[in-house]
Order: sequence, then C-alpha cells, then structure tokens
Amino acid sequence: MTTPTNAHRRDFIKATAAAGLATAVGGLPAVHAGSNETIRVGLIGCGGRGSGAAKDVLSSAPNVEIYAIADIWKERHDRFFNELKDFTSQGKAKEYGNRLNVSEERRFLGFDAYKKVLDSGVNYVMLCTPPGFRPMHLEAAVKAGKNIFTEKPVAVDGPGIRKVYAAYEEAKQKGLNIVAGTQRRHQLPYVETIKKLHEGAIGDIHFMRCYWNQGVLWKVDRTEKMSDLEWQLRNWYNFMWICGDHIVEQHIHNIDVCNWVMNDHPIKARGSGFRTRTDPNFGHIYDHFSIEYEYPKNVFMHSMCRQISGCWDSVSEQVFGSNGHSDPAGSINGKPTVAREAVRKAQGPYVQEHTDLIEAIRSGKTVNELKTVADSTLTAIMGRMSAYSGKEVTWDAALNSTLDTFPKVLDFNEKYPAPPVPIPGKYKFNT
Amino acid sequence: MVESQDKSSQPFTKYTQTIPDTNVKFEMLPIAGGVYLQGSPDSEAGRNKDEGPQSKVEIKPFWMGKCEVTWDEYDLFRNSEETHPPEGEKGRLIRFKFKSLSGDEITRPTPPYTDMTFGYGKDNYPAINVSHFAAMEYCRWLSAKTGHAYRLPTEAEWEYAARAGTTTAYSFGDDASKLGEYAWYDANSDSKTHAVGQKKANPWGLHDMHGNVAEWCLDGYSKDDYSKRDKNKVQVQPVNLQLKARFPNVVRGGSWVDEAKTCRSAARMPSDKDWLRQDPQSPQSIWYLTDADFVGFRIVRAVEEQKDLIGIKSLVTRQSPYKP
Repeated sequence: MTTPTNAHRRDFIKATAAAGLATAVGGLPAVHAGSNETIRVGLIGCGGRGSGAAKDVLSSAPNVEIYAIADIWKERHDRFFNELKDFTSQGKAKEYGNRLNVSEERRFLGFDAYKKVLDSGVNYVMLCTPPGFRPMHLEAAVKAGKNIFTEKPVAVDGPGIRKVYAAYEEAKQKGLNIVAGTQRRHQLPYVETIKKLHEGAIGDIHFMRCYWNQGVLWKVDRTEKMSDLEWQLRNWYNFMWICGDHIVEQHIHNIDVCNWVMNDHPIKARGSGFRTRTDPNFGHIYDHFSIEYEYPKNVFMHSMCRQISGCWDSVSEQVFGSNGHSDPAGSINGKPTVAREAVRKAQGPYVQEHTDLIEAIRSGKTVNELKTVADSTLTAIMGRMSAYSGKEVTWDAALNSTLDTFPKVLDFNEKYPAPPVPIPGKYKFNT
Repeated sequence: MVESQDKSSQPFTKYTQTIPDTNVKFEMLPIAGGVYLQGSPDSEAGRNKDEGPQSKVEIKPFWMGKCEVTWDEYDLFRNSEETHPPEGEKGRLIRFKFKSLSGDEITRPTPPYTDMTFGYGKDNYPAINVSHFAAMEYCRWLSAKTGHAYRLPTEAEWEYAARAGTTTAYSFGDDASKLGEYAWYDANSDSKTHAVGQKKANPWGLHDMHGNVAEWCLDGYSKDDYSKRDKNKVQVQPVNLQLKARFPNVVRGGSWVDEAKTCRSAARMPSDKDWLRQDPQSPQSIWYLTDADFVGFRIVRAVEEQKDLIGIKSLVTRQSPYKP
C-alpha cells in the first residue's frame, strides 16, 4: 500500500478537517488530526481503571474532552460522573482547559454500547473493560479507524489473540496510533535503563526473572438475585474468560518488561501452578504460577506470580548478562540509571502514556504498541496454558489454540455454569 | 466520648506491648513532660522558613514507640480476620469493619494491587506507603485490640521527642557528618529502608527519629503554622488538626531518600497528592500511597489524653477532596 508521507498526510487532514469531514476520505482515515484538533475521547468501560484513565487523559495534553462513554452497568455511569465532576476545575485538566462533554445521548449502556461510542464522533477511544472483551473492542475500534488507548492485557485465549494480531495488521496499514496500558514503557527509569541494556550495558543477556507475588485480591460473593452472567461479570477477576487469570491480567506487566529487554518473545513455556483457595466465590482461577520461558538462542526467563496472603511478596524484574546484572526498573550493576529527583519530577507513567499518544497524533508520527502488548499477552497466555495443562507449550501451539472461552451469546437469562478449576494433565486448550 | 479514653493505670516506665493473640511485640518508652523551644533558629544551617519563628511549647507526659511501626505489626491489621463485613457489602474482601474503643467502626485496608513493601524488606522493616488515614486507622485498631489509646504523635510531641532535650540541628549536635551513626539517609541507605532500631538511639532512647522513614504526625501542614502563634504565650499541647482532606499532613524526620538537612529535628515536610500518582484507579486508594515509599509512622500513648484528641479519628473517605 502506498501512503503519503507524514507531512503530506498532515496537510491533507488539516484540509479535510477544515472542510468538516470527520471520517475517512479516499481510503485515508482521519486519525492524524491537525495540532489544533480536539481530542474527542470515547471511554469504553467506566470502572475504577476507566475513570482513572479519563482523569489521566484530561491531565495529559491541551484540548481534550471526554465525549462519550459506555458500560454495561448504569451505576458505573453514575460513579463515573461522580468521580469526574470536579476534575476539570483543578490541576492540569484546568490548566489545559479540558472538558467533560458527555451529553445525555452519548452515555451508552449494554453489551453493544462500545459500537455506539465508536459511531458517536470520537477520534480517540480508551478500552478499559475487563480483558475478555478486548479483542472484540479492538477489532471494532481499528475497523472504525480510531486512535486507541488500550488497557492490558489485550486477550485471554488463542482465538482472541488472533483477532488482535489481525487488528494490528489492519491498524498498521491504516497508520492508526495505538498505545497500551503497559505503562512501564512510558516510565522514565525503565525507559532509560532498557535503552542502556539494548546498547549492551551488561553484555549479552542470558537469564531473566520476574515476579508478581502479592496477597489475595478480591472476589464478589454471589447473591440469590444474581444470574450466572451477572455474578461472573461482577466477579470478573475470578473467571478466566473475562480476566485471563492473574498471570495474564497482572503479571503481564513484568513479562512485558522481559520481552521489551529482549525485543522478542519466548518460543516455549514450561510451567506449573494451581490454587490453595477453595471458596467457589473465587471462581476457578489459580492463585500461583511458576513458569520457565525459553527465548531463542538459549535465553531463559523464570516468571513467578502468586496471590496468596502471608507469603513473601515481590513485584520486580531482574536481568543477568555476560557483563553484569540489572533491575530494569532503574539500575545497572546496582547503580541507579536515573537520579531520584529526575524520576520525581517526571510526569507519572499513567499520564505520560496519553501524552505520548496525543503527541504522536498531533505531530503526525505513528506509534503502535499493539504488537508488543499482544506478544506479551500471548506470552502470559502460553504460560497459563502450560500450567493448566501440565504440558510444555510452544508459541505456535498457544497462538493457534482453538479453545474459545468467550460465550457465543451474552444474555442475562441464559445459563453459564462456572467452569471447573483446570486440572494439570487433564486440561485441554484445543477443542 | 469519655469511654474511649485509655482508663488503665500503669506505671510511667518503659513497657513492651504484645499485640493480643500474636507473638508480635513492640517497646514503648516514657517521655516525661516539659517545655521546649519548637522550630529552628534563623541561624541553623539548611533551615527552611516554615520552621520558624520558634515558640515555647509545653508537652505533657506520653509514651512513644521506641521504633517505627513495622510491617509485622501493620500486617496484623491489614490481614485481620476478626473483622466483619458491613451490611450490604457482604463478601467483598475490602471494607471489613471492627469496633473501636468508643464503639464506632474501624475499616481495615483494602487489599493492594501490588507488593507495597517495594522489595525493601518486610520482617522488622518499617511499614511504608501507608496513608495518613491508614496510619490513624491502624492506631484505632491497635487501641481496640490492646485497650490502650494509641495514636499518631502531634507535631509538637514529635519534635520534643526527637530533640530529647537538645537545641541543636540533630539530637547529637550540629555536625551532619555524624548523621550516619544515627540515621539511614541518602548517603548511606543504599536506596532503601532498613530494619528498625539498628542505628544509635537519641538521648531518650528513640531510634530512627532522623532518617529511615519520614514519620506521620497528626497535624495538617501549613508553611505559616508557627507564625500564626501568639509569641507571648507558651503553647500548651498545640495541635493543628486537618482530618477531612487527604493532604497535606506533616511528616517529620526525613528518610532514606533525603539529604542530611531534611533529617534535622526541626525540618517539616507536607504530604502531597503526588504521593499517589502511580495509583491508576479512580477513586485512588485512601489506604496506600503508591509513591510514598519513604513515609512510615510511629505511635504514642498519652498518660492523660488532651481533651481535643480524645476519640480522635480521620474523617477521610473515598470521596474526600485532595486539598482542604
């Protein structure tokens, strides 16, 4: 496909914007808004993270407004407005003159609310629902030609991740800008340290290890009023089809750091895991995983994640090379790579990721993190599959697995029996 | 509210408090009452304006924790199983509640989404990233457990105890080059907190008043707190409560990230909403400060509680504003 240069594209878009054309013209999507174009944000998923992302984007750059919102629960809408009501009258949001501009008719409810947000005239969408919905939302947002901020992870299973890779290819063709919520990639000490590792600061990398070990997180107990689907959606963390399990939902951050250090992804996983918890309100996910990942050229990585209280905790990464070691969060051979004062002065990573995305949009550069976040998502999925099944799992086997965990139909009147806890040696990820 | 007072009569000597039903214990030291000069003189090296003018302050006797509160102690509260869920929130792990000395409810911390020790250390290491609200709730929980009314020190009590009768920049004199014998600060901390009580104590036996972690005081912060005082009067047990907004409250003593001058006895620091910037949720947690890995606390117990602090609790909720 031939594309005009960025400079030409910018001029072209300015012209179309001036002519009042909001959608694609002549096969070219209107994603590279001119520098004065309002960033008109559609938020899909208005929970704690979605509301947080709305504050972050409003604090990240001038001329931004929240324009449309979507959720499946009405009380999330109410909560969103409650959270944001005073936000634009203070701090950076006020300084930038940013706005909350979500008229009644742009507040959408239901499983198809995301489509309505995409059709509402937004040019920037934030995908902040639980992960199971992400492939569907990414596919639609890319098709609609939007700039995208997508939370991590971007899928929970093989069919989902294949949709995401397809969306990535389409986004690349269209020149869309996409930033992912793997925010360490926008965090100054990580950025500076990993840059140095890429330059060979500790020689050839032989081994890495990463942890996300912490206490128990949360659950929502089932009440008599709740249907199967309502309970599972409200208790989403504890159901693999919505959450991906904690290795995918949470530990992806550390796995992503290792992939970033390698500029690559592993080709194999050998792992184990299970759960100590027995309360059915904790769904069917595991509470601990330990995975050995193999990268090309005999580089190995040990990943460990746990959600059990009263154990040793650590959320961290370490990299070992022929010429030393590094904590990619900010030190090489024990020496900090960025002065603490500079870290303190830098903008927080959750705001920075939006600043970077909007910068790309306005300058005509293209940023697209969908491939890296998809790779890290699949890395975590591959590890989970290995632990669940008790088998060695290759990249291709994980990528091509046929088990589609997303329900064919979402209907509160239907039955959705809670899946059993996966048993190693018996669980299969192909249908 | 009188029933919420600590009614036990106990000799005014040092004692070891064991947290009931556990093996976890900590030491409390008696701090005799007295009058001292709070703040620093204009001539003190490294001084900030908010430390003056100096004023005479009267302090009544109290006990103070010999060391900063550790994760061992704080985790008993975090992971407390004896709490019960409130009406309407059945089963949600967050928001379990427990009765305080005065009969109202204490909420235990929500489970954090990450490891709040940041890998600095846990056994015998100071609790960090704990909000002012959480530190105050911990005190109420501890009071309910033990029957003694523990709370955060007032800023006046804190400095009185830190000075331990001295008038110099540090409790060992003015020579900052000796600070390493008494404190973990930026020059010797290796960029992390350290187990409590390893460095030399101050003249009254308190450890880590300089450095390691900066410590919460009850008071709110304003840079002109001292200039508002009546110069001709001795301030009796002054306290400047700010319990409704999340910030700013005073932390004292400096920490492992600070240079020597920030660890001086008179140095003051306000808490700030920047201490929450890596919390991506809205509303942000009222229990954890994701970016306050240099802040902890220590507790005190008044021999006879001052009237304005009886039954005190933080009024912060998830809806509270960031500034007063």
